[in-house]
Amino acid sequence: MSESSPLLRVEGLTKSWPGVLALDAVDLEVRAGEVLALVGENGAGKSTLLKIVSGAERADAGRVLLEGRPLAGTPAQVARQGVVTIYQELSLVPQLSVRENLFLGREPVRRGLVDAAAERERAREVLSRLGLDLDPETRVESLELAQRQLVEIARALLADARLLIMDEPTTALTPRETERLFGLLRGLKEDGLGIVFVSHRLDEVFALADRVSVLRDGRSLGTREAAGLGRRELIELMVGRPLEQEYPRRAAEPGAVRLEARGLAGGLVAPTSFRLHAGEILGVAGLVGAGRTELARLLFGADRPTAGEVLVDGRPVTPRSPREAIEAGLALLTEDRKGQGLVLVLSARENFALANLARWSRGGLLDAGAEAAAFERHVRRLGIRLSGPGQRASSLSGGNQQKLLIARWLEHDASVLIFDEPTRGIDVGARHEIYLLLHELCARGKAVIMISSELPEVLGMSDRILVMHDGRVTGEIADPRSASQEDVLALAVS
Amino acid sequence: MTRLRRLFAGQGMLGVLLLLCALFSVLTLEPQQLSGEAAAEALARKMAGAASGDAAVLVVARGGPEDERFAAVLQRRLKAQGFAAVAAVVGGPAEVRAAVEALAARPVGERHVASVASSAAVVRAVRADLPDPERVALWMPPARRWPTFLLKANLLNVASQVAVIAILAIGMTMVILTAGIDLSVGSLIALSAVLVAGTIGRLGGAEAGLGAVLAGALAGIAACAASGWLSGFVITRFRVPPFIATLAMMQVASGVAYLVSKGRPIHDLPPGFETLGRGADPVLGVPHAVTLMAALYAAAHVLLTRTVFGRHVYAVGGNPEAARLAGVPVKRVLLLVYTVCGALAGLGGVLMASQLKSGAPTYGVTYELHVIAAVVVGGTSLFGGEGRIAGTLVGALIMGVIQNGMNLTNVESYTQKVVLGLVILGAVLFEQLRRMLAERRRARSSG
Repeated sequence: MSESSPLLRVEGLTKSWPGVLALDAVDLEVRAGEVLALVGENGAGKSTLLKIVSGAERADAGRVLLEGRPLAGTPAQVARQGVVTIYQELSLVPQLSVRENLFLGREPVRRGLVDAAAERERAREVLSRLGLDLDPETRVESLELAQRQLVEIARALLADARLLIMDEPTTALTPRETERLFGLLRGLKEDGLGIVFVSHRLDEVFALADRVSVLRDGRSLGTREAAGLGRRELIELMVGRPLEQEYPRRAAEPGAVRLEARGLAGGLVAPTSFRLHAGEILGVAGLVGAGRTELARLLFGADRPTAGEVLVDGRPVTPRSPREAIEAGLALLTEDRKGQGLVLVLSARENFALANLARWSRGGLLDAGAEAAAFERHVRRLGIRLSGPGQRASSLSGGNQQKLLIARWLEHDASVLIFDEPTRGIDVGARHEIYLLLHELCARGKAVIMISSELPEVLGMSDRILVMHDGRVTGEIADPRSASQEDVLALAVS
Repeated sequence: MTRLRRLFAGQGMLGVLLLLCALFSVLTLEPQQLSGEAAAEALARKMAGAASGDAAVLVVARGGPEDERFAAVLQRRLKAQGFAAVAAVVGGPAEVRAAVEALAARPVGERHVASVASSAAVVRAVRADLPDPERVALWMPPARRWPTFLLKANLLNVASQVAVIAILAIGMTMVILTAGIDLSVGSLIALSAVLVAGTIGRLGGAEAGLGAVLAGALAGIAACAASGWLSGFVITRFRVPPFIATLAMMQVASGVAYLVSKGRPIHDLPPGFETLGRGADPVLGVPHAVTLMAALYAAAHVLLTRTVFGRHVYAVGGNPEAARLAGVPVKRVLLLVYTVCGALAGLGGVLMASQLKSGAPTYGVTYELHVIAAVVVGGTSLFGGEGRIAGTLVGALIMGVIQNGMNLTNVESYTQKVVLGLVILGAVLFEQLRRMLAERRRARSSG
């Protein structure tokens, strides 16, 4: 564990794709018993670097050494040598039990048959080591996402992993689950494991990492001790320019009531009432599973309410389908942009147009010129970066995808925009642009509901905050600028 | 050119089609005898220099309408070119012998015989018996080397044979674009065919008028549209997978077709009924079936690329949830797509009944597979959201051309099956490869 011989050493790693130098002679060291955070904007080369280390891609030049010996081969071979990657998309088989998943591909065999008894024993061992109170015979599909992730880690431990690589491990976790994961990772670190993790959430970087390595445009900007690094300094390193205020300020001038919910209930959501004014950003905070997304879906008609009503500009609308909600002036920008927001196989322009086709339809035929002109206008105004209008939505960055969806609803002239996790998966530079866009929407008299799991974001951006817990609104914070994260959390767990 | 390429979505399948056409053209290249008016014109041009003040010419043909026309036209043309005496004989060896001997007996001037290829042997034999054979010149229409595959008649034949499957493939393309499948279309052909024939049979049979024929066609198409709607209803309302819902409809429709026809083909149809299937445009000679197919493809192309409905079809196939949240009436779109697919299958059934001048419950068996194959070969993704209607037309033509080409080159039917299967597999592999490469490129550019 001496500092002179790192667990993993990356030397001069270079990788170019056609037209792009993804990695430019990157060096990196991971020591045993430390957590190294890898940060950088989207496209900085983090994923490429991790893919090469894990064996999923090959480098053009440079090498990777594990304890001084070259590390190479397929992902399976690399994992067998002790470097295990836990991906964002979890790789468990939902229909199999926890035990079967833990030993998948490494089943202990006795007299030609799988030795289930041995599996059970070792499964219990490793689960208890992780502090997981879980029956190994539970089917994985009945587990929550956070538990599945822990099962993946357990699987890595069973494979005698010495280095864990985690790409955005907390994206789908609640604060409490995140804290638990971090506690567990700290324990593994004490046991001498090396851990590399990628995160866009700087709070987590500072909470967990011992050292931070910054990548920008495929180059390594060196590794720093996390303790001596300032938040602002880190952001500026990542984006390569001095940063304005992280959450831009604005003078809120709420106008008339735009949207009102009266006793709206359905599914997980208990009868909920609130008002939203023109020019206002209403934050909705709470833990994952508190019913925030479900509330948004009720407002938008994506799920049927069982009680209550929705009023827009004083008129009762209570949408029974997204179509009705859209006609009433509502727009929902989901947290799952790829799964629910965009049609990935279609072009950027077609995605933009999808909610607005009727407006360019003349006698049943689409006026392609008018459509293209409208798209062009929004692309310029919102600064959407495209190779062309025909570029597929799937190949846009997260920030540009979000802007594309905002453009769609701006064109539709929606008056109430519901953002569910507006900056999830969006890197630091683009986040700022999204924040400015939210302000601009307010300035134009739109009303905004912003659901966010990132407490600094909710506090920094909202004019008012509703806090939800277990399907109910448990409190309202009228002046977010002077509130603290603890204030929100106190309501969120009550 | 780029527009054209975009129209066919860079499938490369258009290239494959052209390549196949080139291949079969080379394989079927052989001397083609001209006949009728074309032969007469060509021969008249050839003989233009031989006309002189006292030259006599005998036109020889064997018989039949083509030969009659050859003789009539050539006689007229040669007179106009200044031959002194022009006679014609249309008939067997005996008549030809008598006529040629009469010509040889002329005392003065040059003597020519202008014969169709099939009578040339007789003329040669007669001439050999003459005392002075060299004095009678023999002319024949020029033969040209030309691919049998590329003869207008053959190309129109391919298009006519493809028409039914190609028309069904329009509806199937829409269904597959929504990430669905419709296995019932083959049975719907049979249902439609027996309903058309049965309805006409009730309304007068062989003596039925145009009204009865139209009523029959309408009955067939409407019943199939209703069947498609029912499949769509079951799929959207009860979330039954399209594969299962249309598999059930396939059985039901086939069964109903047998019940309606009592298991027997229905033949008593008026003579005019086959006009749609076998008739052709009198001016250009384009079969009505081909015209109908082309019109439907043009309409489908506009529908899918230029209308709100078309965009909705692609969006629903690409991501139904995202489409719903963008306000697309997903269920209505699906319902309409299956209804249209059913209606087009019904039209295909009408066309087939017209081509075969009867309606039988055995029509259309396994056609759903040929139709799906045409769509897939045409580059439409079974995962939905990706594909072009023009690609489907190319796919259908590829299948038709291969089949026709193998018939012309005497490949027997068992081998044809193997080849067609391999073509489907090859097309899908090609498409998959293209997708993998594109994905890799995308992964790289976003790395």
